[in-house]
Amino acid sequence: MIELIVFVFAAAVCLGGAVGVVVSRNPVHSALSLVATLFGIAVLFVAQEANFLAAVQVIVYAGAIVVLFLFVIMLLGVDESDELEVEPLVGQRTAAAVVGLAVFALPVMAFISTDFTATGILGDRDPDVADIKALGELLFTRYLYAFEITSLLLVIAVVGAVLLARRPPGRVDEIVDPGQTEHEAALAERFARAELDAGYLPKDSDTEESAAESDAEGTGTRPEEVRS
Amino acid sequence: MIAAVEVTPAYYLVLGSALFAIGAGGLLVRRNPLVMFMCVELMLNAVTLTFVTFSRMLDDVGGQAVVVFVLVVAAAEVVVGLAIIVALLRKRPGATADTAALLEG
Repeated sequence: MIELIVFVFAAAVCLGGAVGVVVSRNPVHSALSLVATLFGIAVLFVAQEANFLAAVQVIVYAGAIVVLFLFVIMLLGVDESDELEVEPLVGQRTAAAVVGLAVFALPVMAFISTDFTATGILGDRDPDVADIKALGELLFTRYLYAFEITSLLLVIAVVGAVLLARRPPGRVDEIVDPGQTEHEAALAERFARAELDAGYLPKDSDTEESAAESDAEGTGTRPEEVRS
Repeated sequence: MIAAVEVTPAYYLVLGSALFAIGAGGLLVRRNPLVMFMCVELMLNAVTLTFVTFSRMLDDVGGQAVVVFVLVVAAAEVVVGLAIIVALLRKRPGATADTAALLEG
């Protein structure tokens, strides 16, 4: 009975957070909704006797990944809401609804046709062995190679992130740089040309709006680039 | 349904599928690259939940080991993806996933 209560609450938090991620106009709200979902999943992990994974879930996801998201949102100042009314690809939302429903329909059909008296649990795990101990043994014996390759993956990710996020050389600061405006004007021209070549025509009204906004805020965004 | 008060693994699997569907729908609908990334995280977490459920169902810790790997891969993916987004948005403030097709040099 208590498991049912825990499940219902955690599932409600999970689903509410997930819907919040998709529906929120502000990316910061999306990130916070994501935290709610992650916590709900951590609770469900505990309910399923995966205590170590629940702790890791909270530490790694809520503690590191979401904070990274928030850092990027704050750093770039992309906390402006994106408009949900315009549909740039025709039929995109219909396709999304169809795909989402199709993904959802399969397990729901399975759920409907399930015989609930059969739980499928083969037997309780040995309560003397903690899940972290069993997991550690498995990671360092059967999955040792995968575990080592994981470290390689992390190194590659760090190197890639540093390379990608590095500022281009010769441009130390956003504010002062002789010839920076000329360079950016040239860049904006190049982008405009590329957009013309690609056949991408932005709507005039909203680009002007965003340019005016960035002017009013004076956050240092370049109107030449925004206009393009 | 009253008789089925006990929480069976099917409940967890359906919840996982619901989360996955919401994430997939959000990935298709949203255009802000950051929010699209969060939707990918939602889908990863749905799969994680499914793995843990099967791990308990089959009484095999291997499912939890896979979850550890999924966590690591998700962390690496987020780091690289956010670096790409930072580079993209620094070049073009207010870029969406539609304009990312114009990236060259």
